[in-house]
Amino acid sequence: MKIQNMKKLFLLLLVGSLSLTVNAQEPTVETSLSQKKVPAVKLVDMSGKSINTSDLTANGPVIISFWATWCAPCKKELNTIHEVYEDWVAETGVTLVAIAIDDEKTKSQVPVYVNGKAWDYTVLMDPNWDFKRAMGVNNVPHTFLVDKNGNIVYSHNNYAPGDEEKLYQELLKLSEK
Amino acid sequence: MKNLRALFSLLLLSQVAFAQGNITGNMETVFQYLNEDSIINAKQPVQKGLMNSYMNVFYTQGNFKAGMRFESYLPRIQGYPNRFDGTGIGMRYVGYQNDFVDVTLGTFYEQFGTGLALRTYEDRNLGYDNLLDGMRIVLRPGKGFVVKGVYGTQRLSFQQGQIVHGAGLVRGTDAEWHLNEGLDFLKDKKLDVVLGASFVSKFQEDDNPDWILPQNVGAYGGRVKLTYGNFYADGEFIQKEQDPSSDNQYIYNYGHAAIFNLRYTKKGLGILLSGKSVDNMSFRSDRTKDLQDVLINFLPSLNKTHTYNLVATLYPYATQPMGEVAYQADLLYTFKKGSQLGGKYGTTVGLNYSTTYRPEQTLNGIDLNDSSRVIYHTRPFALSDSLYWQDINFNITKKINKQWSGIFSYYDIKINNDVVKVSDAKGIIHARIAVLEGTYKINAHHALRWELQGMWVQRNDEGINDKGDWATALVEYTISPGWFFSAMNQYNYGNDDLSKRVNYPIITCGYIKDATRLTFSYGRQRAGLFCVGGVCRPVPANNGLMINLTHSF
Repeated sequence: MKIQNMKKLFLLLLVGSLSLTVNAQEPTVETSLSQKKVPAVKLVDMSGKSINTSDLTANGPVIISFWATWCAPCKKELNTIHEVYEDWVAETGVTLVAIAIDDEKTKSQVPVYVNGKAWDYTVLMDPNWDFKRAMGVNNVPHTFLVDKNGNIVYSHNNYAPGDEEKLYQELLKLSEK
Repeated sequence: MKNLRALFSLLLLSQVAFAQGNITGNMETVFQYLNEDSIINAKQPVQKGLMNSYMNVFYTQGNFKAGMRFESYLPRIQGYPNRFDGTGIGMRYVGYQNDFVDVTLGTFYEQFGTGLALRTYEDRNLGYDNLLDGMRIVLRPGKGFVVKGVYGTQRLSFQQGQIVHGAGLVRGTDAEWHLNEGLDFLKDKKLDVVLGASFVSKFQEDDNPDWILPQNVGAYGGRVKLTYGNFYADGEFIQKEQDPSSDNQYIYNYGHAAIFNLRYTKKGLGILLSGKSVDNMSFRSDRTKDLQDVLINFLPSLNKTHTYNLVATLYPYATQPMGEVAYQADLLYTFKKGSQLGGKYGTTVGLNYSTTYRPEQTLNGIDLNDSSRVIYHTRPFALSDSLYWQDINFNITKKINKQWSGIFSYYDIKINNDVVKVSDAKGIIHARIAVLEGTYKINAHHALRWELQGMWVQRNDEGINDKGDWATALVEYTISPGWFFSAMNQYNYGNDDLSKRVNYPIITCGYIKDATRLTFSYGRQRAGLFCVGGVCRPVPANNGLMINLTHSF
């Protein structure tokens, strides 16, 4: 009995360690940040239409920017990009998706701000932070650059004037590929 | 042998995970080393150092999903709820989802409609977490149609590294139908309609010797959202059955919460008018609890969330769940580029007004000595003349040239401290705040930002009400994309008590690399209310070093 158990044990360990070695070789190909994909969460836009976040990249690369009406640096970032957005779209085919993490207290102010500032972004509402949590966002602003296959290729938490340049460089790298 | 099998399955699982699955998550660590500072009444804890940490790990592969959060309080940082200690798993679930069904077993966060009936959520900065632990199912039987069911107990606290559950059971169901997605003949119509309805029920054993308490309490209602071109309207109404609790001093009144929004928006303009009525609407899965414990629903306060530190943390307002009627108007307008007021880059003006009153309660036909324990009548949106809160504010945002931009903001706030109790002051505190902010972009990567803030508190007959006048100055230097340095001082120069005319200087520097952020702060922090979404946590004054590390993966 004991010997049988030992045999089983040995077999288990063998298979186990094999699986580990297979493991150890495979990921080197894709264990970079780019392996992280946009998780599928169902959100609604400002008019109530539902959208699956894993479908966002259907038309090319996407910038996903988490923001809130009460977040001053977030608004500064999105207002700065707003000034050059037309050029970015023309050059790279990018779409900016602004994820508003305002909860019910300030959610109704989101369309007021978005329209008041004449933004052309796709705006999605994430009032209970389902997408924020799934994307691993600690605090806003947090901006992600996603290629057309849904891989996250760059992300930056914070905004300081000039950060948009770095994002633009990363975007250009992506569209050259 | 059992252990080995577990080990083996773990190995298999890890292989599957690394080979194909998708892992996302994040972590945060906050460390405080605190000094004794008798001038601001800051205490040094016996451990001297305090630390909060947590890490979320979410895994999806195909239709399968799983996730967990480790939390650690060794011990908890200052001002954090006193119910957190130890290291362990504070959230965990497994689930399966496809286009039709989404099942979760374990812990989950959920919101029905605007949350007036049910909202479980977390805010780690606040230490708020009322998650449900049990089972959730979401069905999408047709286009635009979503049905949800939830069943579970709530997280009350986290002790010795384990979730402590609330005493009651929460059950709920919600249906929402976006007509224009579901019905073909409405597909391209200008009028867009969403309808919804919720029912939530809680069970808690009646162990009270004095009263016959309802063991099952329901809350139910409906909602509608209408969009027509540039116009938008929505509303939700929830009624709650008799729910005697320590919040309402065991009365047998029904409760209600109602909220509506009317909006008009077009390019360059947004206008919003909102209203809210709340009566006897504290809804918890344990009738004996208070503060932020095991709340099933969410009652947002109807006002703007301010960000400059004097206006945000000295006199914030949170909803009075026992009753209030509130209104808000919000406007944002951008003067076009090239127009006289717009200048080269456009000018944005924001206006916001919010006000909250005690609801009108009548005693017609009420016999306080009968056994019904219904102690008043009220109607939705009937308000009395007792003011709880008023805020009139405006701001102007202007980019002058490629280097310079600025924002001027002004706030006029009245807060009824007998009700809201943000400090020891009596009656209405009337504060006026002005803030001037400027940013100077030195070159492509370097920028300098500064803020000047003043707060003036109205004197009343007995002299100054509360702590008096304040001033804040802040300078921040950023080097994109990696570094920032800031220095701030707050000065309570108008305090009637001369010994409390204190400076609160603090310096901060931070380093950011992609999704990792590390900051160090050293200095004094004023006692204040730290609020997110209308939920507030008082943070005591402190003096010392704070290190904060966040990372996303």
